[in-house]
Amino acid sequence: MADATAAERDAPVLVLEGVHKSYGTTVITEVLRGIDLRVIPGELTAVTGPSGSGKSTMLNLIGLLDRPTSGKVFVAGEEATALDDAGLTRLRGTKIGFVFQFHHLLPGFSALENVMMPMTIASGRPRPWMHDKALALLDKVGLADRADARPSELSGGQQQRVAIARALAMDAPLILADEPTGNLDTETAGRVFELMRELNRTTRQAFVVVTHDPRLAERCDRVVRVVDGRIVSDGPPNGAAHG
Amino acid sequence: MPLEWYVAIRFLREGRMQTLLIVAGAAIGVAVMLFLSALMGGLAESLIAQTLGTQAHIVVRPVVEAARPQRTSTRDTLVMPRVERTAQRVRSIVGWQQVMRDVERAPGVVSVSPTVSGPVFAQRGDASKSVILLGIDPERFARIYPIRARLREGVYRPVGDSCVIGTELASDLGVSVGDKVRLSVVDGASDVFTVAGLFDLGNREVNRRWVLVSMRSAQTLLDLVGGVSAIDVTVDDVFAATTIAESLSARTGLVADSWMQTNAQLMVGLRSQSSSSNLIQVFVVLAVAMGIASVLIVSVVQKGKEIGILRAMGTSRRSVLVVFLLQGGIVGLLGSIVGVGLGMGLSVFFASLAVAADGSPLFPVHVSLALIARCTVVAVSTGLLSAVLPARRAARLDPAVAIRNG
Ligand SMILES: Nc1ncnc2c1ncn2[C@@H]1O[C@H](COP(=O)(O)OP(=O)(O)OP(=O)(O)O)[C@@H](O)[C@H]1O
Ligand SMILES: [Mg+2]
Repeated sequence: MADATAAERDAPVLVLEGVHKSYGTTVITEVLRGIDLRVIPGELTAVTGPSGSGKSTMLNLIGLLDRPTSGKVFVAGEEATALDDAGLTRLRGTKIGFVFQFHHLLPGFSALENVMMPMTIASGRPRPWMHDKALALLDKVGLADRADARPSELSGGQQQRVAIARALAMDAPLILADEPTGNLDTETAGRVFELMRELNRTTRQAFVVVTHDPRLAERCDRVVRVVDGRIVSDGPPNGAAHG
Repeated sequence: MPLEWYVAIRFLREGRMQTLLIVAGAAIGVAVMLFLSALMGGLAESLIAQTLGTQAHIVVRPVVEAARPQRTSTRDTLVMPRVERTAQRVRSIVGWQQVMRDVERAPGVVSVSPTVSGPVFAQRGDASKSVILLGIDPERFARIYPIRARLREGVYRPVGDSCVIGTELASDLGVSVGDKVRLSVVDGASDVFTVAGLFDLGNREVNRRWVLVSMRSAQTLLDLVGGVSAIDVTVDDVFAATTIAESLSARTGLVADSWMQTNAQLMVGLRSQSSSSNLIQVFVVLAVAMGIASVLIVSVVQKGKEIGILRAMGTSRRSVLVVFLLQGGIVGLLGSIVGVGLGMGLSVFFASLAVAADGSPLFPVHVSLALIARCTVVAVSTGLLSAVLPARRAARLDPAVAIRNG
């Protein structure tokens, strides 16, 4: 019994097996050239690499927004590459939380409504419950007092904190962030990153964060470096961040 | 509230100006539809009411004697190819009492009235007018024509040697109630009648030409003792008159003409009026649909990122489709609510302009519940249909592309 629980706990939340991704029909560019990756619960993984190396492409495949040309993607034990569109949508809604670099929030909805949105989409819970949970999450990211503000009324750092709260709303085992601090000044970026670090420590959700900032990568459990569509190094920050 | 409604309403509220514009467009469309339909309906109704005020729905008459071309027996060639109608003499319906009972029992028939009619001259002093003598059964006649309500002077009592005439004829002859009028047939027979009452049936020709007397008097004067020349019929559904007339004709072997056949011109006019009004409405609907569709397509492009984010958070393609369909439907619904108000205002305003000299409306502008319901259904389905294309575009949007292209 104890063994099973331990095994379950350490079962990878994300597995990429020989993932290739090409774009184009006449001129074919191979963006990802065989990616193998395993991420276990509670891990905070940084993905770094030069511009155009395929980091966002990889994150979109992990986030089930796109399908690989070949190879397999498993999310929370399910083979995503074997699912149809509806299956992908369901998996995305329940197992994955997103934080984007730009246009993170829905402009027509308040901060609170944005955080409630993933729960609203999944439905099945009474609205007061969603409301309380969203408020608790906003409190966690230090924005409970700004719950009714529209995104346009918030600073960049505040918007990104709301986006993080929203990504956590479904208690998804896998949180993906594509340059979540890319739009913020150094100090704010540091604080937003620290928030993610902290949440990751308390919730045991796995975070995969694409970042250009070596100082942020430094503070992760693990740094995966992508160059030219291949993983060239993968390990704890000291060996990899500047490699 | 389901997700789709929630998001659709927010999206509409977000694009305030665009939403206002397409709702206004839909409202104007609905107002035009409602107003045109109410106006055309009212116009047709009043024209028909006017026509039927002085006409029976169906008139049953004897078969016209066929005229034959004359031929010479020797050469077998036509010497008189021109065919003249047989002389106009008043003929009777054979066994009319039986026919009348038959007609009265026919389905759809409400009332019947036998008449004896023929051309006579009405004379008073030097004045002489060509008129139509109508020998009637006063009770039955009054069930078909609103004669009692339209009596202007005297009494409605066309019995014995009394007659009831139109106001126009009275002034043409210079007579009033109590005066005497001589009625004479072309071949010489004549009789003197006392004017008992004057009517105004709202039709100048009728007011100038109709002279109502008892059946017996007319039969004597027209040399048609015991006979009647026509049976007037009213039916429960005026628009079924032609069908009923056909069945009456088959039943009796006589000629039965409905008001629709007698007034073919009017019917053609009404029909082309309603088809041109329908055509206008079709174009209005098309214009509104294109307006809604184009605004929604722009909105799909503008909201690309938001759609991408919603999809990334687990919103299905189907839900995105429904969100945009709903936006079209809601625009149609709001447009119909505003438009019905606007159209009713317009109708009332127009009806208040189109009044006779005495202030009574020239024609009714009826905004029925059925019409409102029809406008609402058309508006909502137009909204939904015009949203199909934008909605499918939104649903097909690739979330990865939508999110990347910040
Ligand atoms: N939909 C697409 N069609 C064609 N090529 C694409 C598409 N998406 C990405 N690419 C190409 O794939 C390559 C990798 O793009 P990607 O966005 O993954 O890079 P990245 O590592 O995230 O770069 P950056 O650090 O600048 O964000 C680029 O050369 C890009 O032009
Ligand atoms: Mg990128």
